[in-house]
Amino acid sequence: MKLSLRIASFSAPIIALAISFGLSSLILLFIGKDPIETFQIMFEYGIKGKSIVSIINRSIPLYISAIAVAVGFKMGLFNIGVEGQYLVGSIVAAFIGSQFSIITPLHILFIILIAVACSAMWAAIAGYLKVKKGIHEVISTIMLNYIGTGLISYSLTNVFDEKGSEYELPRTPELPDTGQMPALNNLFGLEDLQDLHGFLFVAIIVGIFYYWLVWKTTLGFDLRITGSNPIAAKFSGINPNRLIVVAMVTSGGFAGLVGLGPLLGYFHRFTIDFPTGLGFAGIAVALLGRNHPFGMGVGALLFAFLERSSQILDLNDVPKEIERMLQAFILLIVVVFYEVIRRFIVKQQIKDASKKVET
Amino acid sequence: MTRMKSKWLILFIVFGLILTACGGGSDDAAEEEVVAEEPAETLDSPATTAAAAEPEAEPFSICLVLDIGGLGDLAFNDLAYSGYEAAIADFGMVGTFLEPDGGGENRGELLELCAEAGNDLIVGNGFLFDAAMNEVAPNYPDINFAITDGVAEPGNVRGMLFKHAEGSFLAGVAAALKTSTNNVGFIGGVDFPLIHEFEQGFLAGVAAINPDITVQIGYASVPPDFSGFNDPVKGKEIALAQYEAGADIIYHAAGGTGTGMFEAAKEVSESTGTKVWGIGVDFDQYYTVGNPLPELQEYILTSMVKAADVSIYNAAKATVEGTFTGGPNVDDLSTGGIYLSYSGGYIDDIKDTLEEYKAKIISGEIVPPSVRP
Repeated sequence: MKLSLRIASFSAPIIALAISFGLSSLILLFIGKDPIETFQIMFEYGIKGKSIVSIINRSIPLYISAIAVAVGFKMGLFNIGVEGQYLVGSIVAAFIGSQFSIITPLHILFIILIAVACSAMWAAIAGYLKVKKGIHEVISTIMLNYIGTGLISYSLTNVFDEKGSEYELPRTPELPDTGQMPALNNLFGLEDLQDLHGFLFVAIIVGIFYYWLVWKTTLGFDLRITGSNPIAAKFSGINPNRLIVVAMVTSGGFAGLVGLGPLLGYFHRFTIDFPTGLGFAGIAVALLGRNHPFGMGVGALLFAFLERSSQILDLNDVPKEIERMLQAFILLIVVVFYEVIRRFIVKQQIKDASKKVET
Repeated sequence: MTRMKSKWLILFIVFGLILTACGGGSDDAAEEEVVAEEPAETLDSPATTAAAAEPEAEPFSICLVLDIGGLGDLAFNDLAYSGYEAAIADFGMVGTFLEPDGGGENRGELLELCAEAGNDLIVGNGFLFDAAMNEVAPNYPDINFAITDGVAEPGNVRGMLFKHAEGSFLAGVAAALKTSTNNVGFIGGVDFPLIHEFEQGFLAGVAAINPDITVQIGYASVPPDFSGFNDPVKGKEIALAQYEAGADIIYHAAGGTGTGMFEAAKEVSESTGTKVWGIGVDFDQYYTVGNPLPELQEYILTSMVKAADVSIYNAAKATVEGTFTGGPNVDDLSTGGIYLSYSGGYIDDIKDTLEEYKAKIISGEIVPPSVRP
């Protein structure tokens, strides 16, 4: 029984994938393109060496962003503000990090700490508002996203802009060499490919840390208990207010790491080209991976793969928007199927229990 | 009993779904073999398929990577696209165009994609491509690259620059000669140095005729927010405010935002009974805005045309003829890459003065400022 339930719950994402590809194929057929050919082109392009490096680089921030969201999800807290949190953390870390130079490991550690602290503080505002003023975190984090974006616009031009630069657009000064994270290409013998971001290691550590935090610590236990039954949690002696603030700050702390992969590995400064939208993409990845460190890793890689491999489509006269639709299909269907399977499992468990009582 | 039933039901559904999914796949798989041959060819070497049709000459290929906003902005990207289309039509080139999504790493990837596909000329539309050009172009020394409004270090990259201030100066002269309220306006898309070239040129042109004329300046957005290049609603708002404050001619350097300015000109003219004007930019907007929206045509005094389409066309021409050179390539009033349009005939009466100033700028007697003091 247990095994069949596990198989059932594992089949959900696979079924969702199959249906999503089926629906996208229908749309492709409808606009007169051959779906098999389209997916074949995408796949062939997606497994090239350069694509794989690009996919891994793309999945690093997606994965960390998903973890930041998942920490909140675990206790039923919706941190929609990862977007604003990581951008605020990234710009401050990019600016302060460019102002000095110490040996590389310390310099990078320092940049990481600044980003984490800033993002955590930004997220703490939403936690405070929820606990003290009863403002729902969805509202406050969305509003804080807007405030954050506005602050970044202003400060990028007026505070953090590189002094005496002739460049057309505002941007922070470049991080000194000691603040740039070395690429991992030499480790894996990929010298002829583009840089593989060194932040990959941090992402893996973050995944392990997240697992330990949620499943192996008292805090994690409190989070999970509150998530599955807030009333029971309260009666078991968990202080919900304290937990909300702690969860929000932890989520924000993870969010601080989101922008650092691109910052330390590629841009080395905050520019107007700095990637945005990772915070929202993280919500999707967290849903897809069901807040599990491994599941989210697969989800991040899948979305990164789709993003990268869809680039070839424009060269083949297939609108690459099909990839956006595919992502949305996957997400929508997977959420539905998780719910179907969850209900099925709950039903089975109740039946099993009642059977035991009978005998 | 019921437990067994629902278990089988679920299993049946699951297998049914898997079967339908796989079934759909294998049905098409038969077709795939037939179809797969052809796309593999078009993907790897567009030249081979075309060469079969025209064995004596292998066509040249051009790849255009547009900037944020993409096609349909009636300005910067559409301008580049029309040059690209003309090149394809006139030189029989094979063309591809791509649009980046957010995030800068993508720009380099798209340029690389074009390079790997074996294009002969790759155009990055917008100076934001400079870093990506520096990164990609050196790896493909045999491919010609071009960047609009910017320069890049590698020798095989042509920087297509424009002296926006020169054309904007003439727009200022025209506005100053035509105003009856001694009050004109300027609307910039995004408040950053590239648009300051337009602003400063315009200010200098107005001051050259009459330093007492008031110039109202408005911007639609500040970086990193680039929505100001495609926000007609904001454009209309700013224009209405400027017309209300007494301006009767407004010059915009704001891409798609400018359409809102022309709408405001029509609205104000109709409600007050006194005609107010707008001056277009990039394209000859008497046609590009006036044709799809004929009701706005009579409010378009003139346009400061920046022939980025011609520059792209020329880069394509040079590629085909084998005369392509890298490095900065500046277009201004003297080369004809920048000019003031006379479409509609509204400024024909001041043509002599405008030509006089144009000659002075070309001779170097007047140097319109391009940076803020």
